[in-house]
Amino acid sequence: METILVLTHVDESGSALTKASLEAVTAGVELARQLSAALTIGILGPASAEAANSAAGAVAAPGARLLAVSGEAFAQPRYATDAAGCEALCRAAQASIVLAPGSSRFVRVAAGVAHRLGGFLDTHITSLSSNDCVDATRWFYRQRVEATISREARPWFLLLDAGTHAAFAAEPATAQVEAVDVTLPTTRTTVEGLRSPMRDAQTIRPDAQLLFVAGAGWTKKQPDGQIHVAEAGQLILAFLRLSGASLGSSKSLADQKAEGPGEEQSVLPFLSHMNQIGQTGATPRHAKGLSTCCHGEEPHVVGWRFVGERRAISLDQNCGWTRGKADVVYITDAFQVIAKVNELLQARRS
Amino acid sequence: MAQALQLVVCAGIVPDPLQTLEPVTGPNGPGLKNEMVLPAVLDPWAACALYEAAQLVAKNPGSKLWLVSLGPKAKLQQVMMTVGQKAVFELIPIDGPIGGFPDAHSTAAALAEAIAALPGFDRERLLLFGGWESATRGAGVTLQLVGERLGITDQFQGVDQITLREDGSFEVLERVEGGRHQVSVCAGTPAVLGWATGNLAEPRNNPQTGMANMRGIMPALQKAKTVALDGNGLRYVSVSLPKQQRETRVEKNMTADEIARELVEWIGAE
Repeated sequence: METILVLTHVDESGSALTKASLEAVTAGVELARQLSAALTIGILGPASAEAANSAAGAVAAPGARLLAVSGEAFAQPRYATDAAGCEALCRAAQASIVLAPGSSRFVRVAAGVAHRLGGFLDTHITSLSSNDCVDATRWFYRQRVEATISREARPWFLLLDAGTHAAFAAEPATAQVEAVDVTLPTTRTTVEGLRSPMRDAQTIRPDAQLLFVAGAGWTKKQPDGQIHVAEAGQLILAFLRLSGASLGSSKSLADQKAEGPGEEQSVLPFLSHMNQIGQTGATPRHAKGLSTCCHGEEPHVVGWRFVGERRAISLDQNCGWTRGKADVVYITDAFQVIAKVNELLQARRS
Repeated sequence: MAQALQLVVCAGIVPDPLQTLEPVTGPNGPGLKNEMVLPAVLDPWAACALYEAAQLVAKNPGSKLWLVSLGPKAKLQQVMMTVGQKAVFELIPIDGPIGGFPDAHSTAAALAEAIAALPGFDRERLLLFGGWESATRGAGVTLQLVGERLGITDQFQGVDQITLREDGSFEVLERVEGGRHQVSVCAGTPAVLGWATGNLAEPRNNPQTGMANMRGIMPALQKAKTVALDGNGLRYVSVSLPKQQRETRVEKNMTADEIARELVEWIGAE
């Protein structure tokens, strides 16, 4: 008989669970129902009681529990304290399966916690199913090979990719929270805060409907024989502002920053390697994606694995996008089209 | 004030990203078709870690850099012909299976054992580097487990920058959600840093560096310890390529105005 623990943590407000945590709660509720297993939810945060109310509906069943570790030590994500907190929650829950969101906070500590519990961890889980046993699906080789795995060893920790489950929603209720004591380790790391590397704009928007990917073609010579990088930057930023899209980049364009004169000189000043999509970059989840001036070869496209509708603008009618990688490919000049799109979006806005 | 550091970079080898991958199932479980003959490279994010480590060694006299890599000896030798030209390091090869399907926990155990046995190893001066995820398994698990096994509880993942301070402490920038960095200050070594891209460009090949490295690499490969990795109860139910061939509409004759109108309609209201 399996017992399930869902590890969650609070957001930056400190008083609510993150969206990814609520998605993990949904996965836990579904799996517990399939396995007829007992469900426990564990919360990590500075003051977890308020956040617990949003998950109270998930533990309405008899035998379900809501555990929390609280204290100022958990106000900031940090390996030593977070690992101690999660370890305490796991020991209190005595679960055989531990689900958690694949957030940066839990990605940092989950393997260490699993090791302390004598368990095993698998990450980037995109779906769970159960018949006689629990199966989990994940990708290998940067989203190029898909596998379904299972483990006999317990406890089995599973980190769930964001966006793979709906966020748990129920009427907030007053939760009966069991406080879990934690023996805090000596901390040698101080978290000083968050810093945005973007100088001109926040261009990475994980919740955006649309992903806009810029390729190195934006910095190549145009039909007049000249390079128009400044104009490219203005067009892209205007498009992001008007459409609300999130900005992605090919590796070749992102690399131009690192290899530019003086290394600090960006080709497009708002772009960093954090925007990079593909084999050596991110694999974000968006409903739609528009590629511009990018070849659409396999190392690019693996970053589009979780993008729903795909369109591309390219001057090359033999580019990778035309070979079954995109739904629509426009063989044309992206400078002209994006300028026109911006005009239309501006007109619609005003 | 420069610090004499011990830098250990854990880095695997992966198929060149431009290669076509086809999964096959053999007697030992899943693998890739013709895996041993696919051109291989050093794992990209781990390579970033290596370049960052090499720069720290250059800036901190008395420091030492080891590259610990688990893979088939023959493939390691191929990859080191190139990697050995990019940074000065001592290779600690571990002869073991290739690919993304072996269990990360077993890999971590083998790596931790090799690191703990390094001659002159001083855990208190250790910065353990690697990629925050590999390009094979992509789990982001191995480095943390190695750190836990070595008793290191200052760990950072998705690192883009480390700045050493005169008092021995250092500032770390870690990637977090929304395109931001979390800024942390650690009192000092030991620490684990799983690198993202970092800020350094790939160094140019330096044949002199390569020749110097190869004098150590070849004997190390000959003496490499062979390990078998336990599956730890991990079972592959299925392994397959995604089937996502789309019916692509290629538009060659639409005007910019027509395309713009179609795109705005498609984008819809944000």
